[in-house]
Amino acid sequence: MAEHTKNGLTGVAGGSSAGLRLKTGLAEMLKGGVIMDVMSVEQARIAEQAGAVAVMALERVPAMIRAEGGVARMARPSLIKEIIASVSIPVMAKARIGHFAEAQVLQHLGVDFIDESEVLTPADETHHIDKHAFTTPFVCGARDLGEALRRVAEGAAMIRTKGEAGTGDVVHAVKHMRQIVKEMRALTVLSEEELYAAAKEHRAPYELIRMVAKTGKLPVPNFSAGGIATPADAALMMQLGAEAVFVGSGIFMKERATPLDVELNAAGKFNNPAERAEAESRARAIVRATTHYQDPAIVAECSEECLGSMKGLAVNAIEESQMLQTRGW
Amino acid sequence: MIPRIGVLAIQGDYEAHARALREAGAEAVLVRKPEQLSGLDGLVLPGGESTTFLKFLERDGFLGVLREFVSIKPTFGTCAGCILLAEEVLRPAQESLGVLHATVERNAYGRQIDSSIQVAETALKGGPLEMVYIRAPRIVNTGADVRVLAERDGFPVLVEQGHLLASTFHPELSADRRVHRHFVEMVLAGREPSNRNS
Repeated sequence: MAEHTKNGLTGVAGGSSAGLRLKTGLAEMLKGGVIMDVMSVEQARIAEQAGAVAVMALERVPAMIRAEGGVARMARPSLIKEIIASVSIPVMAKARIGHFAEAQVLQHLGVDFIDESEVLTPADETHHIDKHAFTTPFVCGARDLGEALRRVAEGAAMIRTKGEAGTGDVVHAVKHMRQIVKEMRALTVLSEEELYAAAKEHRAPYELIRMVAKTGKLPVPNFSAGGIATPADAALMMQLGAEAVFVGSGIFMKERATPLDVELNAAGKFNNPAERAEAESRARAIVRATTHYQDPAIVAECSEECLGSMKGLAVNAIEESQMLQTRGW
Repeated sequence: MIPRIGVLAIQGDYEAHARALREAGAEAVLVRKPEQLSGLDGLVLPGGESTTFLKFLERDGFLGVLREFVSIKPTFGTCAGCILLAEEVLRPAQESLGVLHATVERNAYGRQIDSSIQVAETALKGGPLEMVYIRAPRIVNTGADVRVLAERDGFPVLVEQGHLLASTFHPELSADRRVHRHFVEMVLAGREPSNRNS
């Protein structure tokens, strides 16, 4: 059994193949489901009640991070602990790219999955976290196959498309999923000797390239994130090959958030019962559409039951320097 | 005869179960709506989140139709599926199909960091079996008609009751197909519900 204790501190089983099977095992259990960003116990309970398979505990949803700027960091431990205590489904939390000390804290708190996320401000401009060193599984974002496989090489047990978080615009989630799927398909028709050059082109380990060439799939589950805001968005990503979806700002960000709303939202509170009911309807509808993604009649029903939607921000209106997806290497 | 076995595909590792069933000699059919249960010889309730399963089952009379099915047709529940079959669920208490005479405690071994792979003897032939536990539940109590096929620390982890089979671990995540083959045999034998009072 490989023993990695450098950054994971206690992560003895982390790097072994048994460890990786346990990590991807939890990702298997999340398949076909929706993982929701939540900022409070109240929102976590709404997510669980709506049928979410897991919640992502964070201080501010990506749309707020985008609007407010500043350095976005790991959520405070007290919030994570409260959320863990209040729901029976798995709880995830985000660490900054390369910030293995935040990841150590999250593992210590008993978080079930750590998202090494570009939504937070990166802590290291060269290195991602050595995820083999941890017992807790990691999910990482990717825009193409090479990036996905580099993260898998570092020990990620799940990949998600990056999309462009906090926009409610699905266009880049689509772009990244299509890119990964296309590149995987292209590998399956290459000859053995061509795979070496492919590994070089994708800047990914040859062994992983070879594995993808054989199976046509990533070695770990492939989920989708970044801009999914409606039931039809979820159905679209599932049909494009996502095995589950993350919904961030799409549920708990109301349609026209005023500065005051953003403040109330940051505390995870609702202005009134109607607003709460709307969030509940969105959560329920996206969950149902994700399961029945191949059934347009049900997706139509879900879209109808879904009250209000995130206002959104078109990705093509965002300057390159303001993009979150370019973080990570 | 190749039995047609459904896999509840609301969410979870239903694809892994479908593969395992095919390898064990059955035809696997994904079930997302109540009407898809008709014509099936048996059913697998996979791993996943039991709270999510319940949200779907509470709609369109799915729970009632499913309860009727699992009361008479061979059914195999793993992890969340085992929770769904149980008569009583703890931590927290929640709705279930109530057909397996057992009390199941959710997430009894802790969080993901406490998930583990064990190897242990079972009543199945062929030596020790690998058992993958992911945020596993624990069967804390069983009725007189429940046969325990394997245990972990004195608690049942693989049980059988007439036409029902349940495990708190995930045989679909191992390469060993003995548990799925055992279930396919139960389906082929047309196992009947046990009589609780016998």
